[in-house]
Amino acid sequence: MTNLSVNFCGVNFKNPVVSVSGTFNFGLEYGMYFDLNQLGGITVKGLTLKPRLGNPPPRIAETPCGILNSIGLQNPGVEAFLKNELPMIRKYNTNIIANIAGNTIEEYCEMAKILSESGVDLIEMNISCPNVKEGGVHFGTDPKMVAKITSKVKKYCKKPLIVKLSPNVSDIKAIAKAAEENGADALSLINTILGMRIDINTKRPILRNNVGGLSGPAIKPVAVRMVYEAKQSVSIPIIGMGGIMCGDDAVEFMLAGATLVGVGTASFINPTACVDVIDGIKKYMEKHNINDVNSLTGGVIAY
Amino acid sequence: MLKKAHITKLIKKEEIAKDTFDFYVEAPQIAKAASPGQFIHVKCGDGTFLRRPISICDTEGDILRFIFQIRGKGTAELAQKEVGDYIDILGPLGQGFKIKDKKAFLVGGGIGIYPLLMLAKKLKDPKIFLGFRTKDLVTLEEDFKKWGQVIISTDDGSYGRKGFSIDAVKEMIDECEIIYACGPIPMLKALKNLAEDRGIECQISLEQRMGCGVGACLSCVCKTVRGYDKICQRGPVFDSSEVIFDD
Ligand SMILES: Cc1cc2nc3c(=O)[nH]c(=O)nc-3n(C[C@H](O)[C@H](O)[C@H](O)COP(=O)(O)O)c2cc1C
Ligand code: FES
Repeated sequence: MTNLSVNFCGVNFKNPVVSVSGTFNFGLEYGMYFDLNQLGGITVKGLTLKPRLGNPPPRIAETPCGILNSIGLQNPGVEAFLKNELPMIRKYNTNIIANIAGNTIEEYCEMAKILSESGVDLIEMNISCPNVKEGGVHFGTDPKMVAKITSKVKKYCKKPLIVKLSPNVSDIKAIAKAAEENGADALSLINTILGMRIDINTKRPILRNNVGGLSGPAIKPVAVRMVYEAKQSVSIPIIGMGGIMCGDDAVEFMLAGATLVGVGTASFINPTACVDVIDGIKKYMEKHNINDVNSLTGGVIAY
Repeated sequence: MLKKAHITKLIKKEEIAKDTFDFYVEAPQIAKAASPGQFIHVKCGDGTFLRRPISICDTEGDILRFIFQIRGKGTAELAQKEVGDYIDILGPLGQGFKIKDKKAFLVGGGIGIYPLLMLAKKLKDPKIFLGFRTKDLVTLEEDFKKWGQVIISTDDGSYGRKGFSIDAVKEMIDECEIIYACGPIPMLKALKNLAEDRGIECQISLEQRMGCGVGACLSCVCKTVRGYDKICQRGPVFDSSEVIFDD
C-alpha cells in the first residue's frame, strides 16, 4: 500500500498536491474537468481586503517554456469570497488555502483576522506579488520587513500561517529564516520571477504593465534550488512550486525539501494537470518501491 | 459528465488565402456541443507553450471547421499539421451569440468573418457585410452566399465596394434590427456607436491573449460596465452596450 497522505501544520492532506494561487480561480472552472475531491488542497486566487480591479490587458505573454503574467490581483475582495465562493468549494472534501495580499501590514492583519473566523483551513500570506505597486513584493524582499509583517500577522492568524516567498531576492535563506523565527508555520515558494518581453516590430512591451511574473517550466530549476536552500535553513514545512508539469517534477521538488507541491501554469495547457501529477507521483513510488510519500521530502543526496 | 481535452484528427486542410488555413477535424463531442460564436483552445505543437484560442467557423455532423491566419509562432506551428495528424483541442468554450428572431446584419472584418458562418446558417435571410483589406484576402464568399445577401468591401476597392463595411452598413441601417459583429476594434467601436444612436441591439465578439481559456487565470479580460470581465468565460460575445473601449 502506498501512502500519499501528508500531515502539514497539523492539517491532514490526502495527497501532497495542491493547486497554486491565481491559476485556479476559486476552483469551480477546473471542477468541470476533474473531481476536486481528489486534490490535497486548493489555493484560491489572491484576495485583498477590498475588491481589486487588476491591471489593464494584455496581461499574458508566452515565453520559451513559460509565461509572463501581469494580472495585478484582480479579485472580488475577502468578504465577497466568504459569501459567494467559499460555500461552493467548501462542499468538496479537500483543504482550502486562502491566499492574501495587502497594501499595508494592517490590511494583512485584518484579513488574517477575518479569515481565521471562516471555514478556510490554512492562510497563505503572499508577500511576493510582482504585479502590484504598493505592498506585495515590497514586503517580501527584505528580511527585516519579512520579520515584522510575519510577527504582526501571526498575532491575528488562528489558522496555520504559510508565508509565500519571492524569488526576486539575493538570499532566500535569510528571508526563510526571518519568516520562521517570527511565527510562520510553513513556507511556500516560489512566486513568479520578474520578467519582460518586447514586440520588436512595435517596440512595445507585450504586457500592458511593461513587466510581469514568469512562471512555468522556465523557472523550475530556480524554484528547485530555492526550495533546497530554504530547506537547509528552516525546519518548518515547505510547499514547493514553480513549473511543475508532471509527477516527476513534483518528486524533484519533494527531494529538494518540499512537503507539499503546487501545480499552477501547467493547468493552462492540461486542465487535468493537478490529478495527473498525483498519478505521476504514485507511479514513481511504485516503480521505486516507496511506501510513504513523506519519505521523499528532503531526500536529495547532495554532494 | 466531466469535460476534457479532445484529441481530434485533421481530415481536410486548405490554404484559402495567403497564410490563411481552413481546417476540418473529426471532433464529434465538440461539434455536437458547439454554438455560433464559441471558440476552441488549441495545442499547436511542441514548439509553443500555451494553447491558442481560435473561433469555431462551422460544424457538420462530427466535423468541426476552423480557419486561422498565421500571426505568430503558434499558428505557424499549427499550419504545419498535415491531414491525418492529431490536434489536441479544448472546447467548445465561452458564450456565443444569442440568436434573436429579428432582421439581422452580420458584420465581419478580416479574420473576424469566420465565426459568423455558423451564425449565418441559423438566421433567416441575414445581410452579411464582409470587409477585407484587399481582393487577395477575400475568402468564404460562396459559403456565406448560401445563407443570405453578401456585401463585400475592400479597403482599396480591388473587390466589391471600396471602403469599410461600416459605410455599407450605415447605408442600409433602416433595414436592421440587430447587429452581430466580429473584427478589428475600430470597426466594433463604430458599430457600438451606431447601434447606440439607432437604439438597436449589437452583439460583438472580442479577442484577447489567453492563458487557460476556461476562466481560471484572469488573463483575457476586457473592460466592461462591471469592471474587467473574462473574455473566455463571460464572452467572447458581449452586448456592445456593456463593453467600454478606452482610448
Ligand atoms: C496567471 C497567474 C496568476 C497568479 N496569481 C497569484 C496570486 O494571486 N497570488 C499568489 O500568491 N501567486 C500568484 N501566482 C503565482 C503562482 O501561485 C505560482 O507561485 C507561480 O506561478 C509558480 O508556479 P507555476 O510555475 O506552477 O505556475 C500567479 C501565477 C500566474 C501564472
Ligand atoms: S484565459 Fe484564463 S481566464 Fe480567460
